[in-house]
Amino acid sequence: MTFMRSILGAAATLALVAGTAAADPAIIFDLGGKFDKSFNESAYTGAKRWAEANGGEFREIEMQSEAQREQALRRLAEAGSNPIVMTGFAFGNVLGEVAPDYPDTSFAIIDAVVEQPNVRSVVFSEHEGSYLVGMLAAKASASGTVGFIGGMDIPLIRKFACGYAEGVLAVNPDATVLSNMTGTTPAAWNDPVKGSELTKAQIAQGADVIYAAAGGTGVGVLQAAADADSVLSIGVDSNQNHLHPGKVLTSMVKRVDNAVEKAFNDGPGFETGVMVMGLANDGVGFALDDNNAELVSDEMAAEVNAAAEKIASGELSVHDYYSDNACPHLQF
Amino acid sequence: MDFSTLIQILDSTLRMATPLLLACLAGLFSERSGIFDIGLEAKMLISAFFSAAVAYETGSVWLGLLAGIGSSLVFAAIHGVASITFRGNQLISGVALNFLAAGMTVLIAQNWFQQGGRTPSLMGGARFEPLTLPFADSLAAVPIFGPLYAELLSGHSILVYVALLAVPASWWVLFRTRFGLRLRAVGENPAAVDTAGVSVVALRYSAVAIAGLLCGIAGAYMSTGLGAGFVKDMTAGRGYIALAALIFAKWRPWYALSACLLFGLLQALALRTDVVARIFPFEMPVQLLDSLPYILTVVILAGFVGKAIPPRAGGTPYVKER
Repeated sequence: MTFMRSILGAAATLALVAGTAAADPAIIFDLGGKFDKSFNESAYTGAKRWAEANGGEFREIEMQSEAQREQALRRLAEAGSNPIVMTGFAFGNVLGEVAPDYPDTSFAIIDAVVEQPNVRSVVFSEHEGSYLVGMLAAKASASGTVGFIGGMDIPLIRKFACGYAEGVLAVNPDATVLSNMTGTTPAAWNDPVKGSELTKAQIAQGADVIYAAAGGTGVGVLQAAADADSVLSIGVDSNQNHLHPGKVLTSMVKRVDNAVEKAFNDGPGFETGVMVMGLANDGVGFALDDNNAELVSDEMAAEVNAAAEKIASGELSVHDYYSDNACPHLQF
Repeated sequence: MDFSTLIQILDSTLRMATPLLLACLAGLFSERSGIFDIGLEAKMLISAFFSAAVAYETGSVWLGLLAGIGSSLVFAAIHGVASITFRGNQLISGVALNFLAAGMTVLIAQNWFQQGGRTPSLMGGARFEPLTLPFADSLAAVPIFGPLYAELLSGHSILVYVALLAVPASWWVLFRTRFGLRLRAVGENPAAVDTAGVSVVALRYSAVAIAGLLCGIAGAYMSTGLGAGFVKDMTAGRGYIALAALIFAKWRPWYALSACLLFGLLQALALRTDVVARIFPFEMPVQLLDSLPYILTVVILAGFVGKAIPPRAGGTPYVKER
């Protein structure tokens, strides 16, 4: 019996040691799923790149429902994963409660700000990237009318819209920017039918370049634009140029992969606080590849790159909707 | 508002109303026979997925449509077995099917295509192409009537016309055939139908199957006609709006058409903020337009405008007296 107990005790100690020694990083994907061709997949790409470069391993959890957030977070923290990265603003509240319970674990959250000593909050300057694609839209538009279709009407999406409108008006002050939100509930992220109807409505109003920042709804936007004659669309988050080659003007890419890779590289005990990923540190940008090479001329690209440099150096500032919850360029 | 804008809005109305109309007629058949159907959403969703998946794999939209209808019929059969044969609670069975469809479609889509719970985009023959009605081009020049015919009526996918034709067909079946009389009777007083020697169970199963067929077409239209592929939860609550339309229409086919067109018009208007701003003298929030179908239904249910009386035996499983 005593022998048995000592074996069990040894096993438990071993397990504990193994648990603390491993300290593999972990990543939690939000509801969209790991392979959403967009936001979460980009995070996965970053994690995978880290694993390939360092030969390390990482743990991952995919959210299946809202209720799992806290449970998943605590499970990873209990298991000794460190650092833990999570994608999506929806983790904000949960992390605020969980983080103080695990002071030795480093957390990184993307797209939200959580003020805890052991949390790194990664936010992107979507307005800067949107400004650049707005410039491209204004240059590609023949009618002088361009459109924006957002998913759920939340401040983050308004930030996209506002930067876009500013970019359009910077190139063509007489341009008209149409803006629609798909809805006010989370269902607005997955309604491609309504997305394509909105696109048709904007085309009917004269828009010939339409920017979709709407998750799964954007699939419908890109499709409807590709079906119409001489209408271009702009993708978001990941590079979506390949979805309809020659019909997608460009994509506003958000380098979630870079943010994840950096968090994994920095390892446990990384620098916390708010980390802004903007044009200055390759956090956002516009996608240029074989699929849209014919749509974006060298002259267009050069001009937009010049603007990007000005924004990065602080010479040009793009209005951030978050700063005052208002947009001087667009009426919502 | 100029004439061409009006045409565009009505055009959009017709597209938005079609899935509602098909689902509403499906609910009409089911509820007229005494089986409440909360699971319209589930049947549309499962059909939307299987029609897109099969259309993608085979390249034929017609095979996709068949697969969609088939999957919807399977769900209808589950609902039938649960609520007719085993006399379970019809609402709970419907809700369970809604959950099942929402989870199952994403799971299978992820397993088959690895694209985050969606199907790849459909191309060419895997989609329903717009159909140009005969003489549409030559009549387009005629004032008023020309644009109405060429732009509003013509140029939709074939399923839109199927949905429109389903309205008189439903009316005829329900109110002009022996089957329809019995079907309506079984929803009001199944005991009387049973006494007359007609099988209550068979009638209810056939009603549920018709509902499955119509929901199958609605789902296929969403993923292969309106859209080009399946995206998770793409029905986005249209099954519930169809239920609201059914109450609004007081369980009658022609009223169902007008209710669905009205709800479609509200949705289409919500898409055109520029037009809304011009029509209404005050600032009209788009969200209000989106919620009007529900508000109108509540008004009807509260008895302010006429009275909506559901089929009397609706929701209660039939137990033969011993």
